[in-house]
Amino acid sequence: MRRIGIDVGGTNTDAVLIEEGKVVRAVKAPTSEDVTTGILDSLKSLGSTGVLQGKKIDGVMIGTTHFINAVVQRRHLTRVAALRLGMPASASLPPFCDWPEGLAALVRGGVWMVEGGHEYDGRLFMPLDEAAVTRAAEEMKAAGLKSVGISAIFSPLDPGHERRAAELVAKVIPDAVITCSSDLGRIGLLERENAGLLNAALADLARDTIAAFEKAIADSGIAAPLFITQNDGTVAEASQARRLPVYSFASGATNSMRGAAYLSGLSDAMVIDVGGTTTDVGQLKHGFPREANSVVKVGGVRTLFRMPDLLSIGLGGGSHVQLASEQGPLKVGPVSVGYRLLREGIAFGGEQLTTTDIAIAAGVLELGDRKKVAHLDAATCKGVFAEAARMAEEAIDRMKTEAGDVPLIAVGGGAFLIPEKLPGVSRVIHVEHGDCANAVGAAIAQVSGECDQIFKDLSRAEALSAAQGIANDRAVAAGAARASLNTIESEDMPLAYLPGNSVRVRVRVVGDVAAA
Amino acid sequence: MTPRELTIDDIESLAVGAWVLGTGGGGNPYLPLLNMRALYKEGHRVRLMQAADLADDDLVAGAGGMGAPLVGIERMGDPLTLTRAIRAMEAHIKRRFTALMSVEIGGGNGVRPLMAAALMKLPVVDSDPMGRAYPEGQMTSTAIGGLAPCPISLVDVRGLESIVHSTPHARWTERVARKICVEYGSTASMCTPPRTGAEVKKWGIHGTTTKAIRIGEAVRRAQRLHEDAVAAILAVEPGVLLFKGKVIDVARRVTEGYLRGILRIDGVDEFRGVAMSINFQNEWIVAWRDEQPLAMTPDLICVLDSVSGEAVGSETIRYGQRVTVIALPPPAVFLTPKGLEHVGPRAFGYDLDFRSVFA
Repeated sequence: MRRIGIDVGGTNTDAVLIEEGKVVRAVKAPTSEDVTTGILDSLKSLGSTGVLQGKKIDGVMIGTTHFINAVVQRRHLTRVAALRLGMPASASLPPFCDWPEGLAALVRGGVWMVEGGHEYDGRLFMPLDEAAVTRAAEEMKAAGLKSVGISAIFSPLDPGHERRAAELVAKVIPDAVITCSSDLGRIGLLERENAGLLNAALADLARDTIAAFEKAIADSGIAAPLFITQNDGTVAEASQARRLPVYSFASGATNSMRGAAYLSGLSDAMVIDVGGTTTDVGQLKHGFPREANSVVKVGGVRTLFRMPDLLSIGLGGGSHVQLASEQGPLKVGPVSVGYRLLREGIAFGGEQLTTTDIAIAAGVLELGDRKKVAHLDAATCKGVFAEAARMAEEAIDRMKTEAGDVPLIAVGGGAFLIPEKLPGVSRVIHVEHGDCANAVGAAIAQVSGECDQIFKDLSRAEALSAAQGIANDRAVAAGAARASLNTIESEDMPLAYLPGNSVRVRVRVVGDVAAA
Repeated sequence: MTPRELTIDDIESLAVGAWVLGTGGGGNPYLPLLNMRALYKEGHRVRLMQAADLADDDLVAGAGGMGAPLVGIERMGDPLTLTRAIRAMEAHIKRRFTALMSVEIGGGNGVRPLMAAALMKLPVVDSDPMGRAYPEGQMTSTAIGGLAPCPISLVDVRGLESIVHSTPHARWTERVARKICVEYGSTASMCTPPRTGAEVKKWGIHGTTTKAIRIGEAVRRAQRLHEDAVAAILAVEPGVLLFKGKVIDVARRVTEGYLRGILRIDGVDEFRGVAMSINFQNEWIVAWRDEQPLAMTPDLICVLDSVSGEAVGSETIRYGQRVTVIALPPPAVFLTPKGLEHVGPRAFGYDLDFRSVFA
């Protein structure tokens, strides 16, 4: 197994080559405006020592913050036609109703609500009003809308109406890009619909970005399938990621955690990823990040995405350091020089004291010009490190879900801020290539499948097994090798008030990427 | 006192506070809140009046939703359908209502009457018959007071309207209405039996909307200032901190149409080394500390997210969540012998004599 993992970050594009379970080489190149150049540069740099010569690469796995940044920064978004099948219910809360107004104004191309949808038990809520769907499609066409988000009541149980409506829309607008909410999952109409609309809004960007990725790989002369990493630490084939870009929203942090698990050999541990500006703390369970408990907001929009449960604090290698003075006590962060560290840090001839300067003065890092920070004495450095350790300790304590001491893996470019001993931590593990943990995480990503739906009149065992089958099929559809599938989550919940033996089952399976 | 016009900020707080008073059940008030935001944006306003200002012959409608919270997040309730439930009742009894009231202040039903009140331009009375949320229709101050168990109207958005005209007592109303609700798809808008101003004054639990707003304000203010939101609740309510911990297990099962089960929490901080378990029937019913009963219904047992201070529901609470458990004092009507018959631990099948945390 030989894979290349790439992390396209805001500052750097990291690339690693993993061969038979070992990191052969890890490189960094500046991220470029066009994305392609940065990836090409990192691949060139990766291949410059001849490690790729004449070798078959099984996959190139790319993780990127592109899509989430587009939503947060409100750039490159496509106008979307929202079609909801569920009238006469829910009319008072139409699509986009809980979006921040600025984002809604950019994305909302139009809203159509027609009769349709199902009950919780599979009965029809209302027959699908096909004529109304066709009329809506004609109006969408007249308005020049090509990206369509379709949602229906209880579509995770029965996606039939959404699929039929998609066919009818495609008849009127043959080049429409259509997102059905049932492809995105969970019970909760508004949140599922929001996910679908965000996905539809990313249609053009996903097409262009993934085309750029494919071009970069082709231009580099590497013949390997492209995979895009997803929020939950697994990958999707490029074609699926192009169709469902929302699943790749938050993959950067997830990749770091997965990379940390891989590099350390631990599958249950806390992870602290110290970047330039922020530090993310999360928890690994069975080698995967623990997911967020509740509703996740992306760019102010409520969704039910599978997202890692992370706590971010303003601590990093570029954090401003304000030494104790009459103006106040010692302060580290949350402001950071970010990617300007190599210009603005004191050791690099700049004027802003940063945590990196402290580390250079203390002899922890060999970078820049140590003479420029010679005025910082040992006690000062010790004080700053202690403050950073205190911030880290507090964040770890807030994220821990076990009473005892747990191991902590420290990764990221700023991992030097994490001391060897911390209260509540059994041991701190610093790993080789930890600064490229995100690219490593991308390289080792697996494929997942999930099922979350209500089953009626089945025994608990039958319901679990039915859900398992659906999750398995979805994982295989996403590119997993069936033989490698492994269940990592299985949860069942009987439903209050519903008649019969209604049970909501959620199963998630993961597996290795099938050989192409 | 003249009725007070609620601001949208009051209603945002009401949603947070009602969820706390839901004591694990009642459903998240987020969707009713969204409806209120939309109604306020359209220019509608809601006035809150005190029960004391009702005339004896005023007529008050209990307006709310019935059904499975899970269905409610797919088939989202709307103000018009709720209004129709109230209009259907008016047509049935051939009288007009002069005010609306919550059927239970805890959970989504703490906010729902405002949706209809906005459209009907009627005031909402600052009272309810539970002061919290409870799983059954007879677990109310009005049932304890022996008020009429009927009629009740149930309406579905597709044009279905039903009235349960006559039953011998509230338990029957609950059973028959539940059947109708299930046939509708396990969600319905409802109007509970009409009450006169005199009845509300005598048997209502008063000031509960204001109380929910006060709790919500405290939580939201603490969140803004990054302060301890749980401590903020205890600063505005005479509550008691029972426990702080992490959820280690949730066992759930459905019996007789309710979600029953046990939540287990391991202590953290000053509670390290101590275990708590809480039995639930939709709502949190009895909390045990190291196998000894520590708090029980009708005391309000509230499980809160330790970080945000917001309530956590029994349907959604999950392994690993960090929670804080507090108790709030119950309405006085539940502490009478008749009250304890309806809502004491034995009413939920626990062979325990009621002992209050606040005794």
